[in-house]
Amino acid sequence: MAQRIIVDPITRIEGHLRIEVELDEANTIKDAWSSITLWRGIETILKGRDPRDAPLMVQRFCGVCTYVHYEASILALEDAFGIRPPANARLVRNLIHAALYMTDHIMHFYHLHGLDWVDITKAITADPAKAEALARQYSDNPYNCAESHYRAVQKRLAKYVESGRLGPFANAYWGNGSYKLSPEANLVIVSHYLDALQVSKVGAQMMAIFGGKNPHPQTLVAGGITSAMDMLDAHRIGEYQFRLNQLKNFIETAYLPDLIMAAGAYKDEGLAGVGAGVKNYVCYGGFPLDDQWNKTLLPRGVVVNGDIANPQPLDEAKIAEEVTHSWYKGDKPLHPYEGTTDPEYTGYDANGNVKGDEKYTWCKGPTYDGQPFEVGPLARMVLGYAQGDERIKPLVDSTLQATGLPAAVLFSTLGRTAARGLETKLVADYTQNWINELIANIKAGDTRTWTRCDVPKSGKGRGMVEVPRGALGHWIVIEDHVISNYQAIVPSTWNCAPRNQEGKRGPYEESLIGTKLANADQPLEILRTIHSFDPCMACAVHIIRPDTDEIKQFRVL
Amino acid sequence: MGRNRDAEYRSRVSGYYRQLMEQCQAHMDLMDNELPRAREDFGEVLKERGVTRRDFLKWTSAMTAALMLPPMFKPLVARAAENFSRLPVVWLHFAECTGCSEAFLRTSYPNVDDILLDTISLEYHETLMAAAGKQAEECLEKALADFPGKFVCVIEGAIPMGLNGQYLRLGPKGKTAIEIAKEVTSKAAATICIGSCSSFGNVQAANPNPTNAKGISDAIGIQTVNIAGCPPSPQNFVGTVLHFLMFGALPPTDNLGRPVWAYGKRIHDYCERRPHYDAGEYVEEWGDEGAKKGWCLYKMGCKGPYTYGNCAKVRFNDGTSWPIMAGHGCMGCTEPGFWDTMAPLEKPLTDKPIGGWGVTARIDKLGLALTAATAVGIGAHIIGTGAMNHGQPRKPESDDKADEGSHE
Repeated sequence: MAQRIIVDPITRIEGHLRIEVELDEANTIKDAWSSITLWRGIETILKGRDPRDAPLMVQRFCGVCTYVHYEASILALEDAFGIRPPANARLVRNLIHAALYMTDHIMHFYHLHGLDWVDITKAITADPAKAEALARQYSDNPYNCAESHYRAVQKRLAKYVESGRLGPFANAYWGNGSYKLSPEANLVIVSHYLDALQVSKVGAQMMAIFGGKNPHPQTLVAGGITSAMDMLDAHRIGEYQFRLNQLKNFIETAYLPDLIMAAGAYKDEGLAGVGAGVKNYVCYGGFPLDDQWNKTLLPRGVVVNGDIANPQPLDEAKIAEEVTHSWYKGDKPLHPYEGTTDPEYTGYDANGNVKGDEKYTWCKGPTYDGQPFEVGPLARMVLGYAQGDERIKPLVDSTLQATGLPAAVLFSTLGRTAARGLETKLVADYTQNWINELIANIKAGDTRTWTRCDVPKSGKGRGMVEVPRGALGHWIVIEDHVISNYQAIVPSTWNCAPRNQEGKRGPYEESLIGTKLANADQPLEILRTIHSFDPCMACAVHIIRPDTDEIKQFRVL
Repeated sequence: MGRNRDAEYRSRVSGYYRQLMEQCQAHMDLMDNELPRAREDFGEVLKERGVTRRDFLKWTSAMTAALMLPPMFKPLVARAAENFSRLPVVWLHFAECTGCSEAFLRTSYPNVDDILLDTISLEYHETLMAAAGKQAEECLEKALADFPGKFVCVIEGAIPMGLNGQYLRLGPKGKTAIEIAKEVTSKAAATICIGSCSSFGNVQAANPNPTNAKGISDAIGIQTVNIAGCPPSPQNFVGTVLHFLMFGALPPTDNLGRPVWAYGKRIHDYCERRPHYDAGEYVEEWGDEGAKKGWCLYKMGCKGPYTYGNCAKVRFNDGTSWPIMAGHGCMGCTEPGFWDTMAPLEKPLTDKPIGGWGVTARIDKLGLALTAATAVGIGAHIIGTGAMNHGQPRKPESDDKADEGSHE
């Protein structure tokens, strides 16, 4: 008999998400639905405001992906105002954004996603000497690597367990048969879990050097940046440089080696394509390498149905949002400039389950050419690989060679997690160029940080950029100098989308199909795949309507 | 102040402080028995993170001063710091962005604030915990059962009151945020609101507040201590918890529930750019010569003159920077309703073109709030008024800011 499982709350993500799946007798997932359970309504709140207030407000969509909405909104304003920021502003923005990429991906791998791969309790039984030897197999000079250090980490963990108060590590799925790492591998990665807590702080400081603070930097304005004083201060640039070296060291000697080590243990899952999903990928381009955005470090384009032989250019007109299975009125997909948001709540069924054939989530369904698309690091690495990108292709190839795995392994949960690691290295390596360019500009006497601009009486613009979790777009319409419409399609909306008009599942949903659970009471495999997307629900549910009297029976279970 | 008057003042208050110290010691002795045992040896943790005894003593002095306590309290602050990790904490997320959690979990290094935040005994925290779904809810139930009346409830996020709270339902039983907040705070020793969402409603409560989002105090009628800011400085949280560990009560607050020790002073009065304001040297447009020289940002919409907080002093990310240093100006994020009262953010307050939302009323209300806050700020040296019954229903007479967060 089919069995329904509901996982709510999905933890170790930003925000409030429910996943509901149907299992067969062998505990294999036959069907899946993702549902978002919170509304905040920031876009409604934006209407009637000064457009220049939007960027700081929409930054509050999310504190985990802090900065990204700030930048996308600024880009939308600049598009509407018909201006570009000067080169220095572009470079400083890239430096802040690069620090976010590195910090966010490190934190995701260890603190949000790591415990889906790593069994902390097994680390306690490891042999610290063997752990040291193991770490040295994956790096010439592994991060914080010594038998004595591993022993100390073990002691710390053991004390935790003995105290009987596991705190955030309590009541998890320790001992589940789906954990594959050796005790020693567990110990090495757990030690880096603790190190990463410190390292991610260094990344946050990098953002604060030019951004004022983290989370929620406060330094961008339409037309440029405000931290002119910091930018012109050699000491400040040095502070950034010093920390960049620290982060790069961690990425080279901890993050990537750990990733390769985990990939070895979980390669069968990867080869079997567990968690592959919809295999359609869309990217908007990220990190401008010139002031006109002609070249970007992260690619722009589309891969359809996993066909890496035929990458296609991006056609922005094909982006739309539909609401067939979302709690809103509407019968046809609309481009974000025309987007509407009329709620139509229909609730859950009598058993408290989602009505899978009807509407079942507050998340809208973004589509490209009518189809569900995945966004994020995997999309970027697959597209860059397909386009033969001069940096991405060799990076992916060398990693595949080192692990002895075929390119097909990319299309899996493991591939998604690995792509994030590779991208971290790509960004970390390139960041030095922006520092150098900035110094060269200032040396040559260019100290401009702002392009003069003002709010037009009317206009519209869009800001489309690749951010850590994927393709992000903001669309603004201005009338009478104030905001008349504001829509954002964020990475988690793409990935958390419900079924489309044709009944095709969204990326989260599709990625769960066929996954077998080792223990139906412990949805570890579900968490592993959902976390591999790095979900961010606050971002995905930014749309609220005030006139909600018609929503009467709201039950989540 | 002359030497004699100083001495006179000291003798007048020393009796008071001696008594307060005895209270504090007695309370901490009690806590020693009541709190669960520590997971880690605090001294060892400090050593592991490269913090010397001397660093720690320096931090203790600074923290004691920041909390407006005389130097003789230093050993007690140190003792409270050692107990930090023994205090069970249940951290709830409602309508929010997790920015406050982020701020707290990747703050500065390697300083003591940060280490304390790392060692905090989190019994429930959705962003960090390994368990999910049913098992996550069990963690919450267990914490409530194991530590009734002893844990601190930290709330991040506002409560959407619209639709009977049904804009946000959580967990396998689909409880509303209102139900969860009532249940958990009623069993907590104290409730601390982290950030402007749980304090005052923040961004989701901005006009027209489509979900009728409210801060915790307004939403469920309890008294909370409000660590305002978007996000606030982690030190303001650490100090508040230390105060709780020392006195068994949350620190004295202004009429908006913000601890006076951290929010008693105006940004403008401690701003590093203040001399330029006094000299009439202003940034006139972004990227101009004034911007490069660090002149005053008032004309670019800086709301420092209307905003209370210690940002200028403690800054963010281990003192790396803060918005005014980064040349942007303050947007007033520690004040209730700042998205409306301080808008447009890039213009001075006198010059407000947003139509239709009762500009005059907003300015009046702001003025009143500021006056009240100043009055509290001036008379705020009294730590002994700790008996505030946090987590208990609020007395009607203290209900003086009922609509501060909602701007109808």
